[in-house]
Amino acid sequence: MGKDNQGVLWEVFIQPKAGGTYKHVGSLHAYDKEMAMQSARDLYTRRSEGNGIWLVKGEDIVSSQSIDDEAFFDPANDKIYRHPTFYKMPDGAKHI
Amino acid sequence: MKATIDYTLRLGDSALILSHRIAEYCSKAPHLEEDLAITNVGLDLLGQAENLLTYAAKLKGNTTADELTFKRKEKDFRCVHLVETPNIDFAYILARQFLMDIYHNLLYTKLADSSDETIAGISKKAIKEVRYHLQRSQDWVVRLGQGTEESHQRIQNAFDELWMYTDELFFDNSTDKEVAEKGIAPLNSSLKAEWKEKVNQVLQDATLKIPEEIHHTLQYGKNGCHTEYLGFLLAEMQHLPLLYPDAKW
Repeated sequence: MGKDNQGVLWEVFIQPKAGGTYKHVGSLHAYDKEMAMQSARDLYTRRSEGNGIWLVKGEDIVSSQSIDDEAFFDPANDKIYRHPTFYKMPDGAKHI
Repeated sequence: MKATIDYTLRLGDSALILSHRIAEYCSKAPHLEEDLAITNVGLDLLGQAENLLTYAAKLKGNTTADELTFKRKEKDFRCVHLVETPNIDFAYILARQFLMDIYHNLLYTKLADSSDETIAGISKKAIKEVRYHLQRSQDWVVRLGQGTEESHQRIQNAFDELWMYTDELFFDNSTDKEVAEKGIAPLNSSLKAEWKEKVNQVLQDATLKIPEEIHHTLQYGKNGCHTEYLGFLLAEMQHLPLLYPDAKW
């Protein structure tokens, strides 16, 4: 088979436990969603990694571009006041 | 007891040899995802074979599943001819798998109610796996049938060539009659109508022609008479343990 006929790229998200969040675990190639689901099951859940699968076509994911890194992310570096680190926390407060 | 051993060996050997055929295909599938997926099916079958052969060894006494696998001669194997057929191409492998998957689904569903508790237990575990195998192979049959002109032709050729091996699945020899009487297993002939209906349904969906029924006049694998393919398969599978008896690694 040539390199261009393996189907489109799908991104795979697995839910490790019921009620938990789905985590990105990798990707795969498939021709349609049924085949993508079966491959995801075979590739990513055969060792009890989880019991929920989400699939998203790679082309449907909008991602930030590295060319935007400076404008997007750098301004956060010198604004420590955006973190709630200036409050005194009472002893024994949990989950902060 | 003898019939139960013979029957358990047949189930175990059929799973073992099919699993070996799939193992031969490892790294040769059309793409990586399929390679892993089909190998997983092979590993499921190997697990079923191990359970069944371990039970057969226990019934026989004084032997193990490994010995049954690696030290028996061709005529002592009880696998059906269909699983012995070689890996001609991807369509052939999937067609063979599909025909066996439907059969295993019907058979293990019935065997889950077997009067033999061990066989019932092994079958209950196997049914979950073979249900998934069928879903996969069935999707592929439809996909190849409805795909390109070439994929359609190849899967049609595969069914045409494999069809003559399917009548063995529904043939009842003296072992089948004996285990059926004891409520250990169903008569194979009782599974045929449902098997045919399901196969026809999928083949129609795949726009494939249903091959005409052929009565295979050769002796059957379940009687210990095998195709010319099995000897070569065993020569490879048993090579290492025969060359280095009881080698450990």
